[in-house]
Amino acid sequence: MNTDLLLILVALTNLRVLGSSRLGACIRTTAVQGVLLGLLPLLVNPLTFHTLVLAAGSVALKGIVFPWLLFRALREAEVQREVEPFVGYNLSLLLGVAAIGVAVWVSRQLPLPGAAPSSLIAPVALFSILAGLLVIISRRKAVSQVLGFLILENGIYTFGVGLVRETSFLVELGVLLDVFVGVFVMGITIFHINREFDHIDTDQLSTLRDWRR
Amino acid sequence: MNALIPPLLALVLSPLLLGVINRTKARFAGRRGQPVLQLYFDLAKLLRKGAVYSRTTTWVFRAGPMVGLAAALTAILLVPLGALPAPLAFGGDLVLFAYLLGLMRFFTVLAALDTGSSFEGMGASREVLFSALAEPALLLGLAALARRADSLSLSGIMAAVSPVAWGTGGVVLALVTAALMVVLLAENARIPVDDPNTHLELTMIHEVMVLDHSGPDLAMILYGAALKLWVMSALLAGLIVPLRSGKVWLDAAGTLGGLLIVAVLIGIVESSMARLRLLRVPQLLVAAGALAALALILVLR
Repeated sequence: MNTDLLLILVALTNLRVLGSSRLGACIRTTAVQGVLLGLLPLLVNPLTFHTLVLAAGSVALKGIVFPWLLFRALREAEVQREVEPFVGYNLSLLLGVAAIGVAVWVSRQLPLPGAAPSSLIAPVALFSILAGLLVIISRRKAVSQVLGFLILENGIYTFGVGLVRETSFLVELGVLLDVFVGVFVMGITIFHINREFDHIDTDQLSTLRDWRR
Repeated sequence: MNALIPPLLALVLSPLLLGVINRTKARFAGRRGQPVLQLYFDLAKLLRKGAVYSRTTTWVFRAGPMVGLAAALTAILLVPLGALPAPLAFGGDLVLFAYLLGLMRFFTVLAALDTGSSFEGMGASREVLFSALAEPALLLGLAALARRADSLSLSGIMAAVSPVAWGTGGVVLALVTAALMVVLLAENARIPVDDPNTHLELTMIHEVMVLDHSGPDLAMILYGAALKLWVMSALLAGLIVPLRSGKVWLDAAGTLGGLLIVAVLIGIVESSMARLRLLRVPQLLVAAGALAALALILVLR
């Protein structure tokens, strides 16, 4: 499998998350994206112990642990699908296509350090970042927002692995650990939000205030 | 002389394509199914019958099937069969192709509205909505192919598809193929969008618009629909069978094999999927449009 194909598949998973209302499908798609990106270091870097550990770590975290945590949160919150997002699915898809255009245009203007292993790395990374942001701001359910955060992080990871080859192994693993802690905490928070308020709609949390007479 | 092969094959073999689809569906359901040549028998039967016209209809209703068939007959002159170029090929014929299909649809819709039946009006409104969403996907997909091939003619586009092209730009071709497949299913009223078997159900789209046509008019509509299915399948077959040997009969046979694959594929999709809810259909078409747009962006990059 070559790098271009892998990156296109990543872009397609982004579009799928933007266009799907089923949270389970979104979680699975994000997991597939995580596994695909876990394979990316193996393709762009020479095969060493470090890249192997990094690839194995990302695949295990993003492909197995995160979906498991999120599915658990989903089961406890008893929600199946995103109802009434702020931005509809068709519009999200169209915005996604526009975001691809913007990403391609911006990455042409960006002066990139060194030679990228594939001309698609910067566009796809930027597109993932934009798509993640779009999911975060356009959806109501807390689970969707965690997914948006994950996609955003995947974009940054794509940028790092694909373009900045000299990043130290420690930094990559540190980022991976941070994301893990983030998703872990968010999973628990979703559970508690759901237990207190019987829903996980984040827009209603903004009306929270101290209890008054 | 070779240029006449694609339209002649289309004229003769297009009803067979529907027979193959129906046979595939029957096999999946464990039935023996109708004869593969059933549509030919139907057409022969309908042509021998007289037509009945409602008093509320005008000349528009009678013109509908004729204009539809004429548009389809013109469209088959533009569509190449794999490596075999079409008799009519000029820069920009892909736009003409898209709008011949549009003209055909427009007159079907007009004829449906002309009957004054609210039921047909409903079908017409749905048909127009879905085709408005399918058209960007078709045109963006064709635009991506045209840019890849550096040619604005369908024949030039198909000539540029080759095993080598699939090796270097396979992603773009695969994206366009997927988008065109969805457009084909939507435009020809196949299952995820419309169910060709339901004649009396409120969710149907295309079938409802032709309820008032009878006899030779219905034959023209059925034959026109078969030709439309043929031209769109021929485009797909040209993409998925990149056989460009230069030998006329080998190329023709390869693309006919591709058409058979497309027909069986449609049969499999119809047997394994349920029709989408009406509200979900636009989402499918927008997704197809997104795939085509992604292909175009990749080509333009």
